[in-house]
Amino acid sequence: MNGLTLLQLYRNMLLIRRFEEAAEKAYTERKIGGFLHLYIGQEAVGTGVIAKLESHDHVISAYRSHAHYLLRGGTAREGMAELLGKQTGCSGGRGGSMHFFAADKNFHGGHGIVGAHVPVATGLAFATKYRGEDAVTVCFLGDGAVSIGPFHEGLCLAALWKLPVLFVVENNLYAMGTPLSRTLVTEDASIRALGYPMARATVEGTDVVECYNSAAQAIDYVRSESQPFLLEFKTYRYKGHSMADPAKYRTKEELNTWKQRDPINIAQVRVRSNFPELTAKLSDIEQSVDDEILDAVKFAEESPEPPLEEVGYYTYV
Amino acid sequence: MRTLSIREALNEALAEELQRDESVFLMGEEVGYYDGAYKVSRDLLKRFGERRIVDTPISENGFAGVGVGAALIGLRPIIEFMTFNFSLIGIDQVINAAAKMRYMSAGQYKLPIVFRGPGGSVHQLAAQHSQSLESFFVHVPGLIVIMPSTPADAKGLLKSAVRNDNPVVFIESEAMYSVKGEVPDDPDYLIDIGTARIRQSGSDVTLFCWSKTVPTCLSAAEQLSSHGISAEVIDLRTLRPLDEEVITTSVMKTNRAVVVQEAWPQASVGSFIAQRINETLFDYLDAPVLVLSGLDIPYPYAKNLEQLMAPNVDSVVKAVERLM
Repeated sequence: MNGLTLLQLYRNMLLIRRFEEAAEKAYTERKIGGFLHLYIGQEAVGTGVIAKLESHDHVISAYRSHAHYLLRGGTAREGMAELLGKQTGCSGGRGGSMHFFAADKNFHGGHGIVGAHVPVATGLAFATKYRGEDAVTVCFLGDGAVSIGPFHEGLCLAALWKLPVLFVVENNLYAMGTPLSRTLVTEDASIRALGYPMARATVEGTDVVECYNSAAQAIDYVRSESQPFLLEFKTYRYKGHSMADPAKYRTKEELNTWKQRDPINIAQVRVRSNFPELTAKLSDIEQSVDDEILDAVKFAEESPEPPLEEVGYYTYV
Repeated sequence: MRTLSIREALNEALAEELQRDESVFLMGEEVGYYDGAYKVSRDLLKRFGERRIVDTPISENGFAGVGVGAALIGLRPIIEFMTFNFSLIGIDQVINAAAKMRYMSAGQYKLPIVFRGPGGSVHQLAAQHSQSLESFFVHVPGLIVIMPSTPADAKGLLKSAVRNDNPVVFIESEAMYSVKGEVPDDPDYLIDIGTARIRQSGSDVTLFCWSKTVPTCLSAAEQLSSHGISAEVIDLRTLRPLDEEVITTSVMKTNRAVVVQEAWPQASVGSFIAQRINETLFDYLDAPVLVLSGLDIPYPYAKNLEQLMAPNVDSVVKAVERLM
């Protein structure tokens, strides 16, 4: 990977991190309602995968989707405005944290019923194949989703019809507040692909370069073979399942061990050691990300709430 | 005009819409090689091929979700539930995905998808295969719910459903697939969704019905007329949105209303219609609005017990006479 690409991935990860930190702050100030599921710690996964996609590819995600939305080109302004329930939000204040959408960028949400979006992803891939397009669909899901029926049905149909869809399991070791050992009989969620059968891999998910390279192989396969692929990343969320979860079910030691492998730090170290001439760019990026987030928060706070008379808009065409 | 069965009329509607629009496809269990569990999709595989007529494994949530995904980016799926009893396996996709996606995204999507198949009871199929589940879907904003009772309506409404940009739940009466009637030839024969049809004019009482209770109410009206009671029979056809204008006009004319449904009584379409009439037309009523429903129990298997379940001509006639 060249230095400029690495810097771009670094910036993307930092933007996600700072966006979510700002969201966390706004949530504690009670400016954000509902659930808020943060992605902090998992940045390398979405960043590495989405960097390999073309604009005509499709992405769908679950309830921890701010990152995927931003990576697909959704703006921090519209994302933050959505969290604050504003008319200018990416879902007009109708969706909130779990339902970010950017249809014009082929980002199709933001879904809150665990695993139910997996068949929908299969449907996106079905439609692209039906029309003879060479698009790939990427479906992000958590490890908690791999035990629900729709996950299996979505995989089954994708394999049966040879659909170009990459299922990305972001395995952060906890299904809500329950550790993996209590929800999965295997350590790797990707083993679920074997029954269909489907190509699979389980890889480390903290180094964005490794994520990028694993995704590249999987996406090339999906696109060239028109076959599904189940790609699992081992990752970790620093926060609880949602802001309502103090995450007392895990130890400080465990958290600290994972923080030693912080994806943003790893990327920084890579820049410093492999591209020392670009080191000065790191602080420029930090500054510009901070500015972008400040601007987004200001934009969101100053934006109007949805007009009351529009409460029923968008129920029907 | 030709005489077709409801089954044939639905088949013709599907064929015409598949022919007209490349983005329309039919998906479900046994819709292709088997020609459809109830033969509604007969010969469609032969005419349109495997790309357009898609057999699925038994996986209602899966293929309903595939339909939602395909609709999100511009296809027009017709998803067949082999019976609406099985739609409960996929109902999450209908309610949590199809009905909500447009709203949750502030209008970034259209959801041009039809979920269709047979519902209601027939031939001693017992509790898990004999249910009128329309209220489950009628309950949900974002959905359109249609239940036709004649071949012409079945055809015109299904074609409109396929061309509609909202998710439509289209429940066919399993018991009525062989019912025959005249159907226009026009390949663009459409019926506006949300319009009820006055099947028979009357002045003393209005019978509101849909699907299988329409013929019941028409026969009841005939008997009532021999007793000197003039009943208006209104086939609602679309249960969401309801044709409130026709309901209002009729009740203002007849001053009495009976809603006749096969479904269970609690939290039902019938109870909603009765409540709306009470709320908005109380001053026009000469008697309480009655709702005749199926018995409030699961469907039994035994023939003699099954026959007790749904309102019949006799119970409708008796109910009306009680109101007069």
